[in-house]
Amino acid sequence: MAKVLVVTSGKGGVGKTTTTAALGAALAQRGDKVVVVDFDVGLRNLDLVMGAERRVVFDLINVVQGVAKLPQALIKDKRLENLWLLPASQTRDKDALTEEGVGKVIDELRARFDWVICDSPAGIERGASMAMRFADEAVIVTNPEVSSVRDSDRIIGMLDSKTVRAEKGERVEKHILITRYDPSRAARGEMLTIEDILEILATPLLGIIPESQDVLRASNVGTPVTLSNADGAPARAYIDAARRLCGDTVPMQVPTERKGFMDRLLRRRAA
Amino acid sequence: MEAAVKPQRQMVRLRGRSYVAFVFTPTVPVQDWLHEIDATIARSPGFFAGRPVVIDLSSVDLSQSGIGHLLTSLQDRNIRVLGIEGVEEARLTAMMPPLLSGGRSCVVEPSAPKKAEAKAKPTSLLLENPVRSGQTVIFPEGDVTILGSVGSGAEVVAGGSIHVYGALRGRAMAGVNGHTSARIYCQKIEAELLAIDGFYQTADDIDAALRGKPAQAFLQGNTMRITALN
Repeated sequence: MAKVLVVTSGKGGVGKTTTTAALGAALAQRGDKVVVVDFDVGLRNLDLVMGAERRVVFDLINVVQGVAKLPQALIKDKRLENLWLLPASQTRDKDALTEEGVGKVIDELRARFDWVICDSPAGIERGASMAMRFADEAVIVTNPEVSSVRDSDRIIGMLDSKTVRAEKGERVEKHILITRYDPSRAARGEMLTIEDILEILATPLLGIIPESQDVLRASNVGTPVTLSNADGAPARAYIDAARRLCGDTVPMQVPTERKGFMDRLLRRRAA
Repeated sequence: MEAAVKPQRQMVRLRGRSYVAFVFTPTVPVQDWLHEIDATIARSPGFFAGRPVVIDLSSVDLSQSGIGHLLTSLQDRNIRVLGIEGVEEARLTAMMPPLLSGGRSCVVEPSAPKKAEAKAKPTSLLLENPVRSGQTVIFPEGDVTILGSVGSGAEVVAGGSIHVYGALRGRAMAGVNGHTSARIYCQKIEAELLAIDGFYQTADDIDAALRGKPAQAFLQGNTMRITALN
């Protein structure tokens, strides 16, 4: 049974696209057939993070408008056999997304894949509402700061009222994914703690992704962080989150960078 | 001293009151117009039963006997004429319904929805889920009870009191219809704004010592008081 998962947040720059790519790759590595769909029409990024920007011919809007067939627009990942990308259009805007057209594309994707992961644009306008419209589950990406948490609260309210499932009286299963978490700064009171965030959002936690240079490095080379450095702290956190999405019980912990013996001995160069 | 009590005079009070009546405007030839009435009655018998009717004679020129004939024709059809308008008083006899003037047209609402009104409207609203940022709950009919939290940027508006069994981080406006005895209760006060019957306080005005604690807000005269709830 295919699942449509939307990765959303309300606020921009919190890590939706990184999360989409990382979770998509992690789920595909488990053997599921996965497609990641970019809904950020006009400001597409997912193709870059997936390292597929040179192979985009047709896009989501072409398929929505019936100009191209779905198989023509799907791009197969070079590293993983069962990971695919449906890119967004860079030249159009979000008004080109019609509910009927998006619904048809999602239905077609449901028939071909185990997971359809929709990368939502920031905001609460047409792009974001279309990305969540047909979702069965949602990952709400939140940074440990008040503005991000409040925007997430707003998005949760929309997931509970503006999705097809909500209108049918069913529930969209929601998960909070906390990204850019720095345990030492949280301990010093410079960030919201995990408890604060979960108390405000009243939604179950899917995982905690630590702040790491790995993430930036991975997106710069166009590789999902779960593939670029699978031993790194963020990759392990994303892999755990993917396992929880599949129903596994994985103890919740904040992965930290593994420091070598020499790193610990010689922590920082004195000025 | 005068022992006899004069009987008190009963005051006659005159009050104006307006009613809704159907207005018939007969046209010439009157016979054809009566046939039209008959057709209406045939389609829905009892359509005019018990309904007062006013006749507007402005579009026909009838003599006194003509008017009398029209009135009996209507009476034969069980239509009771309340008054007549659009004709000189001289043409009416004392036995005829009185002359009316100054009528205003209005929309007659069907009587069906009255039945729905008879059902007692709920006077309280219970929400089991949190009210999220950006959502607004408006319930002018009475109290609102929320089992979850009210998020920052959310808004709850109630005609009566507001009860929040979680944290109140958004705005709460109670007693919006001038209900000054309405109160706001919450388990954890972190509100952005509290208002009762238009008197409000923002987060800055709320005593910092109360923040995060159970509290209630109520009106004392024209000032809002926020106190701890124990």
